[in-house]
Amino acid sequence: MEQTPLWEVFVRARRGLSHTHVGSLHAPDAELALRNARDLYTRRQEGVSIWVVPAGAIIASSPDEKDAFFDPAADKVYRHPTFYEVPDGVAHL
Amino acid sequence: MYGNDFSAPDDAAGGGLLGEVEAAEAELREAAGRQRRGGPAPDEDLAAYFTEVIDAEQKIEPRDWMPEAYRRTLIRQIAQHAHSEIIGMQPEGNWISRAPSLKRKAILLAKVQDEAGHGLYLYAAAETLGISRDELVRLLLDGRQKYSSIFNYPTLTWADMGAIGWLVDGAAIVNQVPLCRCSYGPYARAMIRVCKEESFHQRQGYEILHTLAHGTPAQQAMAQDAVDRWWYPSLAMFGPPDGNSTHSAQSMAWKIKRFSNDDLRQRFVDMCVQQAEILGLRIPDDDLRWNEERQAYDYTQPDYDELMRVISGDGPCNRERMAHRRAAHADGAWVREAAAAYAAKRAGQKEKVAA
Repeated sequence: MEQTPLWEVFVRARRGLSHTHVGSLHAPDAELALRNARDLYTRRQEGVSIWVVPAGAIIASSPDEKDAFFDPAADKVYRHPTFYEVPDGVAHL
Repeated sequence: MYGNDFSAPDDAAGGGLLGEVEAAEAELREAAGRQRRGGPAPDEDLAAYFTEVIDAEQKIEPRDWMPEAYRRTLIRQIAQHAHSEIIGMQPEGNWISRAPSLKRKAILLAKVQDEAGHGLYLYAAAETLGISRDELVRLLLDGRQKYSSIFNYPTLTWADMGAIGWLVDGAAIVNQVPLCRCSYGPYARAMIRVCKEESFHQRQGYEILHTLAHGTPAQQAMAQDAVDRWWYPSLAMFGPPDGNSTHSAQSMAWKIKRFSNDDLRQRFVDMCVQQAEILGLRIPDDDLRWNEERQAYDYTQPDYDELMRVISGDGPCNRERMAHRRAAHADGAWVREAAAAYAAKRAGQKEKVAA
């Protein structure tokens, strides 16, 4: 038999928080993946909402390409508010 | 409180261990927050980078380069741990139908379900290292990977549910709390989740024993008998003495393991003495006494020859546990096949609608 598909599970712990990756599980289809996720990852009211995503559908960057991949961010320090000098006495900025 | 030292024995019970799990979790977040490069530079030596990450108390993640031996050690250890959780359902499952009240039955069911959950968290962590679930299940069923020898002992009375919770889960927690700081991220995160749930297990066991120990003389005797039988096998759970432990040194260097077998065993003994006093039960060791110089209890070592015999297959229940696991796996095949067939059928219907 073929390997049962792998799903990644994301749980929103409380209203107002984003979904966070909590782990993975195997299930033949989305519906069972959701039910299994409920039984496995929220036995103690750890969440108010669950996402299940086929693991194969996640496209990840690889650590090898990390420096080059994220380089464009490193030379754009002006994207951070701390880059800017605020003149003395300016309020609400 | 966190760092490389144990807390004092008097605050180590219950809340103390949970506190350590929370400290490990906070430390994990704190380490992640420390500024670091995301990965090695293109021309950097990968082995040096790996060592640097570990030395900086940071986590190795699934897609990082790692030495093959590190990967193999982790797969072996995590798989063995997962198998233990799954086989560990049997000794307690044995008493679900005979629990003395509806409340005890509901609690025991929840506990055994947790063990299944722990097995699944751990299998998922092992799979991030590139081994498939089917292969892991196969390795267990073929007897090519082991599980904790403690589950090869029988559960003869209801008091054994108490002794397992207090001593076996207690020893497991002492073993596992340091694993919350393991250098491999998915394992550390799974262990934090497991340890939080284990503390419920330990307390429910302690409560069972406390109730029995304060009951009728027959109940007290049953509780004492359970402690007599489970004490030494629980001490043996920490593995052979440091001098004979094959995997320890390298695992310590890789920060998979944080403390030696003997250190953890000592810590467990020191915790149990006071807990046994409150239970009013006797730890079956005539040589158990406080050593002022060492600031720890002297105690009798478990029979390590027995440990080796049980590990190599000759314990009271080895064959029964494996036969039960194989039968459960075979008997469940139709469920897996039906679920797969249903999923395939529904996928087919969707395609038709889409066409």
